[in-house]
Amino acid sequence: MLDADFFRRWMTVTAASVDREAERLTALDSPIGDADHGSNLQRGFTAVTAALEKEAPDTPGAILILAGRQLISTVGGASGPLYGTLLRRTGKALGDAAEVDRAQLADALRAGVDAVMTLGGAAPGDKTMIDALVPAVDALGESFGAARNAAEHGALATIPLQARKGRASYLGERSIGHQDPGATSSALLIAGLAEAADE
Amino acid sequence: MSDEKMSAEKMSDEKLVGIVLVSHSAQVAASVAELAKALAGGATAVPVAPAGGTEGGELGTSAELIAAAAASVDRGAGVAVLTDLGSAVLTVKALLAEGDELPAQSRLVDCPFVEGAVAAVVTAATGADLDAVAAAASEAYSYRKV
Repeated sequence: MLDADFFRRWMTVTAASVDREAERLTALDSPIGDADHGSNLQRGFTAVTAALEKEAPDTPGAILILAGRQLISTVGGASGPLYGTLLRRTGKALGDAAEVDRAQLADALRAGVDAVMTLGGAAPGDKTMIDALVPAVDALGESFGAARNAAEHGALATIPLQARKGRASYLGERSIGHQDPGATSSALLIAGLAEAADE
Repeated sequence: MSDEKMSAEKMSDEKLVGIVLVSHSAQVAASVAELAKALAGGATAVPVAPAGGTEGGELGTSAELIAAAAASVDRGAGVAVLTDLGSAVLTVKALLAEGDELPAQSRLVDCPFVEGAVAAVVTAATGADLDAVAAAASEAYSYRKV
């Protein structure tokens, strides 16, 4: 079963990997975006870990709702409301259970991903974070490791795609050949799940 | 609930709709607010608040600045929130989805930023309700220039 400690660990290891990969995320965001994805997410997840330490929410749902709220407040770019909505909706779907199993997390995460698609209007294949998240949620029923692999594969698979949402979509065909920064950071978030589960 | 709605409609004769202008740039938001108020002539009674850039003064969007601006223009007749693009739109939508982050009767208005702001402020100055203000701003999409 996955308890509050697991979800705290998920946020902490994700914050650490965003820290580690911030320069790469910003570099990916330079040719097709506005070169701030790494620094924006770094600011957001730093605020998440600080808030989790300060307020110490004690259920999986409360942890994700607080984390999402912090991201909406502090990121300053489109990834703030998008990741914020993902975590908040996932947290709300988990309710106030003290522990959840992997299948319940997969269902909740799917509700979160659906909310992100509604908010941003993106569908699979638009070269966005959705291209990493949807295959990850599909694979989460199998294992955390399978979800991590699916997300990484989904992020790489954005390279030949033409962007249809966000700032990169203004570039039209010139967005082809670049890996999407949002799909890449989504793969980090899912890899954080696997790391928290020690898989 | 319906009682509240009815009294809100009655009140709209006296209370003006508030307008929030959200841009990635603090200067753009402030300048469009100034422009819209100036073009509305004697419309200075309309509460208009810019919410531009991040709290650190950089380009971007701040949920805190948006929430504070909306609270500052809320006179009980509703708040029309106008945005430029990208994270400004997504942040307002996310705040509206939260339920309690913006005043009751806050609405994201689908409109061009500058033209919509002018139409919204001019219309709000007449004492029009939120529906009319939002419709006037959206209608600005149909004003062709050539």
